[in-house]
Amino acid sequence: MTITSFLFTAAGFVLLMVALGLARILRGPTHADRILSVQLIGSGGVAVLLLLSVAAKFPPIMDVALMLGLLATFVSVAFLGDAADSSSAFTGTTEDQ
Amino acid sequence: MRLALDILTVVLVSAGGFFFMAGTIGLLRFPDTLTRLHALTKVDNLGLGLIVFGLLPQVESRLDGLKLVAIWLLVQISGAIVSQLIAQATRRSGPRT
Repeated sequence: MTITSFLFTAAGFVLLMVALGLARILRGPTHADRILSVQLIGSGGVAVLLLLSVAAKFPPIMDVALMLGLLATFVSVAFLGDAADSSSAFTGTTEDQ
Repeated sequence: MRLALDILTVVLVSAGGFFFMAGTIGLLRFPDTLTRLHALTKVDNLGLGLIVFGLLPQVESRLDGLKLVAIWLLVQISGAIVSQLIAQATRRSGPRT
């Protein structure tokens, strides 16, 4: 097995782990848990893209990884900044609303 | 030399994949928000760091390697900040399961 196919396999594995982590969005129960899942997509997605960029020898994918990391941060900060104004909306369960 | 670097890559990327798996299992199985936060933020950043260091021997130019480390630092800093914000918002409303 060449190092390239190993890196593609590793990218697929990390992607599978991120996909499994999405189940937490469905199960909740609080919005904080759903934001945690977004964090997982952020760090896991960056790892997948970096693995792909090295495996495919296509460096521009690194810029995509950079943007994904940045946007995942902005999503969380925007959501949590909003939640600071009305903290019950943030930690309340879906059934409360 | 090439073989040694390839082996280093395989070992570090495999360890990174293992830590992503541990993070996902923690996110799905742990009982409340704060323990899930603990599982996800530490373990995922460690996994991403291991994958980045595993990829460093494989990049072609030094600039790409520098960019990999820069992306890792960005995700690391943002992960630390967002995890503090989530923990703060969760604590304010009392722990929920």
